[in-house]
Amino acid sequence: MIPARFDYVAAASVEEALQALSQSDDAKIIAGGQSLLPVLRLRLNAPELLVDIGRIDSLRGVREDGDALVIGALTTHSDIVTDDLVRRHALLLSKAAAEVADNQIRHRGTFGGSCAHADPAGDMGSAALAMDAEFVIAGAGGTRTVPAADFFVDLFETALGEDEILTEIRVPKKTGWGAHYEKFVRVAHQWPIVAVAATVNASGGTINEAKVALTNMGSTPLRASATEAALSGATATEDGVRAAADQAGEGTNPPSDLNGAADYRRHLATVLTRRAVLAAAGA
Amino acid sequence: MTAVQDAPAASPEIGRDRRRKEDQRLITGRTRWTDNISLPGMLHMAIVRSPHAHARITGIDLDAADKAINIYDVFDGKKLQDTMGVLVNAWPITPEQQAPTHYPLAVDRVAFAGQPVAVVVARSAAEARDAAELVDIEYDVLPAALDLKEAAEDKVLAHPDLGTNKVAFWQLDSAGQGSGRAIDEVIAEARDGGIVIEREYRQQRLIPAFMEPRSVIVDPTGEQITMWSATQIPHITRFLLAATTGVPESKIRVIAPDVGGGFGGKLQTTPEEWITWAVARWIGKPVKYTETRSESLVSAHHGRDQWQRLTLAATKEGRVTGLKVDLLADMGAYVGVVGGGVPVLGAWMFNAIYKWEAYQFNCTPVLTNKTWVDAYRGAGRPEATYAVERLMDELAVEVGMDPLEIREMNWIKHEEFPFTTVAGMTYDSGNYEAATAKAKEMFGYDALRAEQKERRDRGDRVQLGIGISTFTEMCGLAPSRVLGQLNYGAGGWEHATVRMLPTGKVEVITGASAHGQGHETAFSQIVADRLGVPFEDVEILHGDTQVSHKGLDTYGSRSLVVGGEALVLAADKVIEKAKPLAAHLLEANVEDLEFGNGRYSVRGTDQGMGIAEVALATFAAHNYPEGMEPGIDAESTYDPINFSFPHGTHLCAAEVDTETGQITLRKYVCCDDIGNIINPLIVSGQVHGGIVQGIAQALWEEAVYDDSGTLVSGSFVDYLLPTAADTISFEIDHTTSPSTTNTLGTKGVGEAGTIAATPAVVNAVVDAIRHLGVNDIVMPMTPERVWTALQGGGRGTATVEAAEPHFEGQEDSR
Ligand SMILES: Cc1cc2nc3c(=O)[nH]c(=O)nc-3n(C[C@H](O)[C@H](O)[C@H](O)COP(=O)(O)OP(=O)(O)OC[C@H]3O[C@@H](n4cnc5c(N)ncnc54)[C@H](O)[C@@H]3O)c2cc1C
Repeated sequence: MIPARFDYVAAASVEEALQALSQSDDAKIIAGGQSLLPVLRLRLNAPELLVDIGRIDSLRGVREDGDALVIGALTTHSDIVTDDLVRRHALLLSKAAAEVADNQIRHRGTFGGSCAHADPAGDMGSAALAMDAEFVIAGAGGTRTVPAADFFVDLFETALGEDEILTEIRVPKKTGWGAHYEKFVRVAHQWPIVAVAATVNASGGTINEAKVALTNMGSTPLRASATEAALSGATATEDGVRAAADQAGEGTNPPSDLNGAADYRRHLATVLTRRAVLAAAGA
Repeated sequence: MTAVQDAPAASPEIGRDRRRKEDQRLITGRTRWTDNISLPGMLHMAIVRSPHAHARITGIDLDAADKAINIYDVFDGKKLQDTMGVLVNAWPITPEQQAPTHYPLAVDRVAFAGQPVAVVVARSAAEARDAAELVDIEYDVLPAALDLKEAAEDKVLAHPDLGTNKVAFWQLDSAGQGSGRAIDEVIAEARDGGIVIEREYRQQRLIPAFMEPRSVIVDPTGEQITMWSATQIPHITRFLLAATTGVPESKIRVIAPDVGGGFGGKLQTTPEEWITWAVARWIGKPVKYTETRSESLVSAHHGRDQWQRLTLAATKEGRVTGLKVDLLADMGAYVGVVGGGVPVLGAWMFNAIYKWEAYQFNCTPVLTNKTWVDAYRGAGRPEATYAVERLMDELAVEVGMDPLEIREMNWIKHEEFPFTTVAGMTYDSGNYEAATAKAKEMFGYDALRAEQKERRDRGDRVQLGIGISTFTEMCGLAPSRVLGQLNYGAGGWEHATVRMLPTGKVEVITGASAHGQGHETAFSQIVADRLGVPFEDVEILHGDTQVSHKGLDTYGSRSLVVGGEALVLAADKVIEKAKPLAAHLLEANVEDLEFGNGRYSVRGTDQGMGIAEVALATFAAHNYPEGMEPGIDAESTYDPINFSFPHGTHLCAAEVDTETGQITLRKYVCCDDIGNIINPLIVSGQVHGGIVQGIAQALWEEAVYDDSGTLVSGSFVDYLLPTAADTISFEIDHTTSPSTTNTLGTKGVGEAGTIAATPAVVNAVVDAIRHLGVNDIVMPMTPERVWTALQGGGRGTATVEAAEPHFEGQEDSR
């Protein structure tokens, strides 16, 4: 289908992009286009101006900054899957990105675009949340940093303002932690019905610390706090983590749709959490 | 012609794994798909569709659209009423059938969400789309008939003027037609000491989802009005355009250029074609319309959608005696070109490969305010096969027998062919024992049964099940006389022409209309063998009524078994026609000539000449016998004397994760008997694709409407089509019982996989968890449905919920 008419600017720098955004009341940033274009083509949205940030090279790539990894917003899912630094220090992101859509989409879709889009069924948000990522946002007044817990506000809504750009995602290193992203789908190229992102620091069959977040169990990625607390010190066995995992569905507010009612999703969350944690712990 | 005639002695082409010669252009898209065609001065059309399932149109304001940039003209139904014709049903299943008038563009009322209401014509497709958004239509919303069972009770009328939603009532009764006993008697006997199994199964609504969306161009300039359309049926379309719009058939040319799939979904004469026709003629310029995927999903006809009430009677030993079928079939808002004929095709198939004493099939097609329903791969036969193959498993459980053994106990033995069934059909050949034995061996049946038991005993989280489907089908539509008895509006013959070109190349024209099947390759193989010319020298022409003036198109696994036979006859005529000329040139008697490997030779000598030389001599026409016309081209029309009855045994092993309800296919093998095989590679493709579509009905696909009649699964995000990543590798093999009713001994294979696979998968899943108290799960068997059934929550119901499609709610993203 053909989108409605729009103007287009390809920005060469973040400043240029900010400038362009400020000049229209109805502008949208386009990164990989993998979420925005379907919406435009279905004519669910018809912005007046698209500001293409795809040519701003400084927004692409992964670097180390002390105890953190800094991932440019334009880094593609595909690069996250294979990047050595990510695999070493933030394995969970790599595992989650590998589960996004299909190869073609992973080569175009970006980590930043995924988080900014804030589809509650998006895979990268819960992985970022579990990793305690921070979002670096550039605006007319400068740069600010927002922790993941505050970044995801609601369904398709983030802390990003109309004229702001997500430039980087800072991820505290979890070097040596095991990780697993357990995604439950009916067909391979689907958004998750429910997914669980888990990264675990385990030694000698005992879980020292676990970070767990849920996808599509509410209007934003959700941290399974009760589960995380109950996991510390647990043995990495089915029985050892069962009770903790059983708390994963608590307090969640998942959708009901063709793929399952809310109650079924809550049940899935417990099973998938158990599996994700055990896999992350290498059990 | 009842015996199999020997194929030519040297037959290097038939049976060869030829790569499809059409694939290069089809796969790269460097070809004439309709939407790739652009004509000088061509305009583009966009359609405004009803958002309501049922509503009266109270006002259409086209002014704003008309004033938009580069708009050429705007139309509503009233403006086109006199010129657009109507869309007809070609198979009124009873003389009393009630069908609503189907105007291509709604005139005063809409009967489903997605129905065309207004049209905008612009210089570009983008401008047409933009202007379409400016069309303002006022509706007075009416109550909609959405649920099939409720619609059958006439609670809410889909078309109030008709006074009922029931299109017709159609019955086949074995006692009535003398092909068996009275069903009620047999069921009564079974109730008294035998076994009676009563079940109700749901055939969910599916969307054919062909790869190429429909596209149509009409060029009214020139002496003939030309329509290019992504259709399976150019000939039928031409005939119906003439019949319904008053243009003489001789002034109409319909071209189906390369067509990207159909699966029955393009076996239709569509509102979009008829509207484009009317608009182009009105304007006097070429007009193109190409639908979006969303439009395709919501407005191209859907498939299946039945409730099946079934009563099976058997002796207590498990010998089946009677089967009674009560079908409700959702037609949607209009009765399509085949329409009620689709469920009726099941009438001869519910009895399947088994021997019954009594049989009754009752079918009520019902109108609702949903997208219309018509043929979809298998058309009526998958539904029937599903029901009976599910029931045979239930019977096996009841009797305590292995489900393969109960089938064997009841099926027609190979020595009993030809066999006339309780439905009155005569199956010419088959060997269910052989196909089943081979499939069983490939599958490792006994080992998997042992593993199943072991997992059950252990209470494994993942349970294993084995599903069986010993299907048959009737295809190769169809003997014209039989169609006549069924009130079908056309015959079932096929036509072919063989043209011998001066350079020795051969042009073959077929009335079958390929849309991805590989006809060009398979038909070339047949002709190459028959005429003894190289495969590369044969060109297959099709799909253009000016070239292929006579034909009945492609559907119902008919192209090879009917169209292929016409080819053979035409090629044989060429050989006969050329013989006197060859004899003349060789200075021999006609009686002394024999033809083989592309050469006429004089018996007992080393003299001879190739058919290419004869073709050149015919072209030159310098020297030919008195009384002969200088032409050796030939045509043939072949009308089959019977359907063809492929069969096969499909075995599926599936694992069910009892914690989540997730289903994983473990193994799938099949052994099909489709008679002689022209091209094994093409057959594999048909079987693989068919199986995937069958599995998809079992596990993934469903057209779901919300309670206001909006299609929720209106994009591929919500209508789940599988990809290669979702399936496993299939092991396929064949046994061969040649058809006795055509000279090539072939049977259709286009629909076989789709027909067989669905019950095999559902049987496997039910078998995996039957010991946990589950005996049915409604399709598609979503993990949620499986899990709910495992919790004792029943098999699930038809999906009718107000669920949100994925893309909805993204308007305000960010
Ligand atoms: C068929 C299909 C299947 C998919 N399946 C999945 C799946 O299984 N799991 C999954 O997680 N995702 C899936 N996706 C979505 C995919 O992951 C997208 O890549 C991702 O959601 C968006 O990234 P993008 O770079 O393409 O963003 P775009 O589409 O370019 O933009 C998305 C939104 O974010 C905004 N935006 C983008 N970048 C920035 C920025 N730097 N700063 C501020 N705002 C920004 C845009 O304005 C827009 O509103 C699928 C997409 C498709 C088409």
